[in-house]
Formats: sequence, C-alpha cells, structure tokens
Amino acid sequence: MPQTFPFSAIVGQDDMKRAMILTAIDPKLGGVLVFGDRGTGKSTAVRALAALLPEITAIKGCPINAETAKEVPEWAGLETKSPETRPTPVVDLPLGVTEDRVTGALDIERALTQGEKAFQPGLLAQANRGYLYIDEVNLLEDHIVDLLLDVAQSGENVVEREGLSIRHAAKFVLVGSGNPEEGELRPQLLDRFGLSVEVRSPTDIDERIEVIKRRDAFENNPKNFLRRFRPKDRAIRDQILAARENLGNVATRKPILKDCAQLCVTLGADGLRGELTLLRAGRALAAFEGANELARDHLRAVAPLALAHRLRRDPLDEAGSTARVARTVEDVLG
Amino acid sequence: MRPWDRACLALNLLAADPERLRGLTLRARAGPVRDTFLNAFGHLPQPLQKLHPAMPRDALLGGLDLSDTLATGQLTLRKGLLDQPGTLILAMAERCPPELAAILAATLDNRPDIALILLDEGSDADEHAPKTLTDRLAFHVTLDGIGRLEAKPPPLHRPGNILGEREGAKPLRLARPAQAGRKTSSVITVLTTLAHRLGIDTLRLPSLAVNAAWTHARLNGRDHPNDDDIEAAATLVLAPHARHLPEPEPPQKDDAKPQKEQKKAQEQSLPEDMLIDAVKAVLPPDLLENLRNSHTSRAQGSGAGQRKKGNRRGRPIPSRPGRLDGSQRLDLVATLRTAAPWQTLRGRTDGPLKVYPSDIRLKRYEEKSDRIVIFAVDASGSAALARLGEAKGAIELMLARAYAARDHVSLVAFRGDQADILLPPTRSLVQTKRRLAALPGGGGTPLAHGLKAATELALQSRAQGLSPTLALLTDGRANIALDGSANRARAAEDATQMARWVLTTGIGSVVLDLGARPQPALATLARDMGGTYLPLPRADAHRMSDALGQALDDGLGA
Repeated sequence: MPQTFPFSAIVGQDDMKRAMILTAIDPKLGGVLVFGDRGTGKSTAVRALAALLPEITAIKGCPINAETAKEVPEWAGLETKSPETRPTPVVDLPLGVTEDRVTGALDIERALTQGEKAFQPGLLAQANRGYLYIDEVNLLEDHIVDLLLDVAQSGENVVEREGLSIRHAAKFVLVGSGNPEEGELRPQLLDRFGLSVEVRSPTDIDERIEVIKRRDAFENNPKNFLRRFRPKDRAIRDQILAARENLGNVATRKPILKDCAQLCVTLGADGLRGELTLLRAGRALAAFEGANELARDHLRAVAPLALAHRLRRDPLDEAGSTARVARTVEDVLG
Repeated sequence: MRPWDRACLALNLLAADPERLRGLTLRARAGPVRDTFLNAFGHLPQPLQKLHPAMPRDALLGGLDLSDTLATGQLTLRKGLLDQPGTLILAMAERCPPELAAILAATLDNRPDIALILLDEGSDADEHAPKTLTDRLAFHVTLDGIGRLEAKPPPLHRPGNILGEREGAKPLRLARPAQAGRKTSSVITVLTTLAHRLGIDTLRLPSLAVNAAWTHARLNGRDHPNDDDIEAAATLVLAPHARHLPEPEPPQKDDAKPQKEQKKAQEQSLPEDMLIDAVKAVLPPDLLENLRNSHTSRAQGSGAGQRKKGNRRGRPIPSRPGRLDGSQRLDLVATLRTAAPWQTLRGRTDGPLKVYPSDIRLKRYEEKSDRIVIFAVDASGSAALARLGEAKGAIELMLARAYAARDHVSLVAFRGDQADILLPPTRSLVQTKRRLAALPGGGGTPLAHGLKAATELALQSRAQGLSPTLALLTDGRANIALDGSANRARAAEDATQMARWVLTTGIGSVVLDLGARPQPALATLARDMGGTYLPLPRADAHRMSDALGQALDDGLGA
C-alpha cells in the first residue's frame, strides 16, 4: 500500500478542503461534486481525508464493514464475528462499471457450480462507512449515477434482481469529480449532490512551486514528509472529531432559518434541498469552528458550496453561478 | 541534440527510474524507425506486458477463471496483468476507451512498480491518446522526420547510457543525496515557472520534469542537476505539452525579495529565456502554428460519444453465447436452458448442474445511439449582414433544445473560399456559445465546401456511433467552386454533386433558406440531398428554431 499524501499538506484549494471536512463531520450532507481541471489534487484530497480520519472498528471479514456483530448481514455467512480496526474505506468507481458490480448481484459462480443462490456484494457494500470516489462523474452513465445518488441519500442499498431480495446498509460519502468541458451533468443529478466545488489549477507561480516542492519532498522521503505534517493532520482530525461530538449542540435560531429560506428564494433554487443542505453545512461548519450557535458568517461561508449548483440556469449562461451566489449572499445577509 | 538522440535519451532516463518517471508516450506511425525504437524496449528493467485497447477488464484486473471453475467445480481465480510489476505497453493508444484510461490512470497513481508506455498511432491532431494518461507520463516522444539511417539502435557505450549494459537487472532507483534540499528547490522553481509560462495547467508535468532533471543528473554522474539537466528535462518533458510560447517576462515585480536570494537563484539556474529558446528549438514550426490556433480552444475530452456497446441498458434483444469478462451480464435463464438438454450426456446423476463454458449466454441490449446535429452555417457576405445574427440566435435556441435532449452539436461555417469546423462534436454548451459568438462573416458563398466539410464530419461521427443530422443554413446560390474559383456555374455544379453525396450516405438533412426571397435553387439542392427544404423569409430566431426543430424531428422519425 503506497503512502497517502497528508491532507494538511495540500496547498490552497480551500473550498475543496472545507467541503470535504464538512462531509466528514456530517456524512448526511450528501456528497461533494468537484468540478475542475485535471491535476488539481482532487483524488489526492479524497484519499488524504480518508487516511486522516480515525480507523473504524469493523467485524473481521464483513463485506459491509459492519460495526457490531448484530449488523453483519446473514448472507455474509460469517461464523466468527470478532472486531478489528481498518482504515476508513475509499472505493474507486471505474467508469465502465456495470450495475451488477455497483449494487452487487447473484453470485454467478456459486449459482452455476454449487447450485446455490448467494449474493455477491458490490462496490456499494465495500464503501459502507467510507467514501465512494468517482472520477469523471459526468462521463458515467446516467442510470448508474442515479442509482448511486439514490443509495447515497437513503443510506441503504436495495437489490431486487435475479430472484434475490436483499437490503444492506450503504452509508457513504459520495465524491464525484469531473471536467465540465468534457460534458455536463444533468441538472437533476447536479441537484442531488450536497455540496459542489469548482477547482482551478493555481495561477500563482509561488503557489504552484510550493505544490511541486511538497509533492517532490513527499515522493523522495515519504517518512520525513509525513512526520513533518503529522501534527497538523492530527489537529484537523481532532477538530473533526470534536465537531462530530458538538454537531448536536449547535443551536439554530429562527432568524437564521429565515435567512436560509430567503437566500434560496432569492436565488430561485428549485425544491427544498437547498435550504436543508445549507442548514446542515452551516451547522457542520459552526461545529468545526467550535461555535455553539449557527451564525450568519457560517451561512456566508457555505452558501456557495451548498447552492451554486442548484440554480435554475440558462444552459447558455456563461457567468459562473458561484458569482451569482456570492452576489445574492451579499444582498440578503448584508 | 537530434530528435533521435532525444528519443533515446528519454528511453534511457525511463529505464533508469521508471518509478518516478512513470513512462512515455510514443507518437509515431508503424515503420522501421519505430521498430528500431521498440526493440530498445527490451532493455527496460521491468518485464514488458503488451495491452490493447479492447482488452477485457478481467484480463487486466484478474477475476474468475470461468472455464476452470466450471471444470473443477471449485472457485478458481486468475491473476490480472495489473497484479504484477512491469512495464505495460498499450498499442493503439489513440483508441483507448475512457474506461480503460481510468483504470490505467488509477494503476499509475497507486502502483509505483508499474510503468506505462503508450504507442499512439493517431494520424491527425484530433486522434490522440487520452490526456488522463499522457499527463501522468514524463516523456512524449515523436519520431516524425527521423530517417531510417539516422535511427540506429541506442548507442551502448557512452556515459549516461544504461540501456544494454544492464540487461535484466533491477531498476537503478538512483537515490538523491540527503542534502538535496536547497538545490532541489531552485530546480523546482525554474521548471514550474517554465511550465506555467508554456501554458501547462496541470501540476503533474512540472513534477515529472523535476524528477527527470534529477535522473539525468545522476545518470551523468552528477550529484545535483545543473543547467544541462534542467534543459534536458524542459525539452523532454515540458516542450511536447506546451500550449503557447511565453510572452516576454513582465518587468520584475518582486523587488522586495532580498538581493541575496535573487543572486543565488541566478547563479544556479539558467536564465529562463535560454530555456525557452531550448524548448522552442525542439518544437517543429508547424506545431507552433497549431498551438497558437488551438490556444483558445480547450477541447480536451474525447469529444464524441462512444460506440454503443449496448450491453447495459436499452431494449433487450436475444442473448448470445460469449465469455464472461466482467463487463457483461450473464443471462442466467438462457444459460441454464442451454445446459439443460446435455445433462444426461454429461453424466450428471446427482448434485449440481453441469454447466460448460460453451453454455454461457450473455444479455444484450440495444439502444438508440446519441444524435448529433451538425450545423453548416453560411457566413458569407450576403448572409452576414442580413441574417447571420438571426441564424446565430436560432442556433443558440437549437442548442438549448439539444441540451435538453442530450444531443451533441457541431458547427461548420463556410465563407470566402473555405469551410471551417468551428466546433467539433460536443455536448458542452459553454464552448459552443463561445465559438458561435466569435463567428465572423463576409466573403463568397462556398456552398460545396460547406457541404463537404459537414458531410465528412457527419460520416466521422457516424463511425463513432452517433446518428448525424445535417442542418444547412444559407441564403443563396453557391458562387465559389470547390477549386476556389469564383465561377457560379461550376460552383452550382459542385454543390449539386456534394448534395448527391449526402443523399448516398443516407444522412438526414434540412436546408434552411434564410434569403429575403426563397431561392428555387436551394429547393432543388434540398431535393438532391434528400432533405427537407424550409424557406424562412423574415423569420426571427424563435420561429426559425421551432421550424428547424420540427423538421429535424420529422425528418428523423425520432
């Protein structure tokens, strides 16, 4: 297993890092969509974040990383159920993946050779309690994206095919990335990602140099490099863990709820997902910063992440929706 | 340094440190020169493994060995090619499907013991190996213009050359000295700045260039990279990816920088301009032309839709025998039905069914392929003033419609004595809009050129699995012939000929007459093309778009 680049060593890309931290605090936020140029550290960030999070306790050999023996599904056929620790899973979804592979399907070799009806878990099972990362999500076939978003939201994978009827937990954070110039994502799908981030490769020379320097140092001496950033990584981890604890205690007052609604109405975002995500994201940020009440500043910070991809937009409109959100936030929140 | 020497140097460097340099892209057509180069691969430190773009996924990633499993009645797994260390050689890399590219890219990222060599045989600029892969490999070698005599096998005994001497040995893994810190830092600064000024967006390449500079230094027995090493890295790694030549450096901004530091930086590194000259020398002149042209365009994707394999969705069609390779679904019922009559013959008495690999049936689905609408727009002088604006408006509305229907669009404009593909097939509206806004007008009406370009494009996209439709927007008669002469009679003849060609290809078409008065000539042309004729005098953009949309839908029976 190659070493993972430390999360705190990623230069710049603050929006992306923030969005990822927020989903780590509150996995119910519903996935992050990262749109932008190639080679901007998208996959590095996902892997780094997963490596940063504390290891999870899971039953040994369990296909869905169940935490307690009670949660191990029957079809797994485990006899001994002893807990072990394993790193937070990160599952890569390859582009040409079939639906069978994603949801799991009838275990064909067992069906043919032993005449047994058995379930072969798919990638969704593997990703339970971790991250599911899709590069080039805009090139993935629509029906698979649909399915993924569905499961990501409900936290449960339901398989009804080939005479199988199985449901198992599939709680994961979906991270999709892509380059809009290669094809866009349908608005219906866009809307279902919780947060969205636009990344660009840094234009500042010094920043670019710093990126290369760190990468180079990491490749040449991973051990030293990891040691150098361990305290920072640990600080972020502690902050995330504290925020998870604190999440329930963040108070939300009525005026803030009104602000949320006002923002979404002014922007003309469809549906109510916008408000809900905005609220959740704001709360996660408040918890991360150790505040005990959701304030306007938090909303201001997360509004572009939570709303930019929800605007009903003219397909020919070139102006970035991020700019529009920023303007509206200014108007509404003052 | 001659191109051949450069190619050999790249190979030498790769052989020295495949782990940090990750591989090379070889863009060349098959021929003796390429063969000589390929033969040298035998000296690479790791075992070679050939791949081709249509490789089934289970051959790469491993998986179930079906025949063995069925024969023994026990689960047998097979190792994939990506499970063992080695150097992968992907032939015909320009045809690499995005799924395979994604798998290989992930392999490169996660497996330092695997290097990749892409053999890109693309013939024109549009045909190239996937950028996701080329960005991850340090070297990009072209063998164009290298004579057969020049291409000698890589020289064996010379400092800095390790091919041949160390056959079958382990990679050198040239370690850097421990106190490389400050020196590395200046190398990084120079190469990153250069990459930025060459318009290279990704940060993977400068990183690879730094590694290349080090490897070059170590190969030549130096402890630290000097100017030669940096120059070699710049020409080998960065130059092939340059998107534009840098403008002269703006006057130094950061005067605040301590004098000492600046001085030091100057001592250690080449003046950047010298490096740029070195890079310039490597680029063939016509490439530079191309670069300048394509500077604004950023079509980096594979562009068109993929060939429809039709194995995942759509209307089911009867299953057929095949092999399970992880990308297709088993039709269980059909498989069992095939196996059932043979059970007695196969000696089944009790226990599980005896299923042989030949019984396997795979599910198949059929799906309508994506539609592409190719707009051939008359941007000639006569059309320009009066109607071009409206035509643009109509196309924009059509685009919005295409967006809703997930159609692809493409734009060909003809004026003067030529036709240009302003927009290769795409679904990206941002790009389309930008190109359309920049559409210039003026000049003659080379109708034949426009039809030819549009039809060629249509055939090309049909080969890629799309269903093309042509929409010709013009206002009048052709007045420029195919050979560029301003001869009305010839031009009309050429246009008719092209129209008949459209008919033979069977591509659906619509002719929109934008003239103030409908032109009978255009109606004839539409008939020749086997398409619909729509006279639209004084139409505004909305009406035009509606009429066009309807004609397209009717014409296609969609």
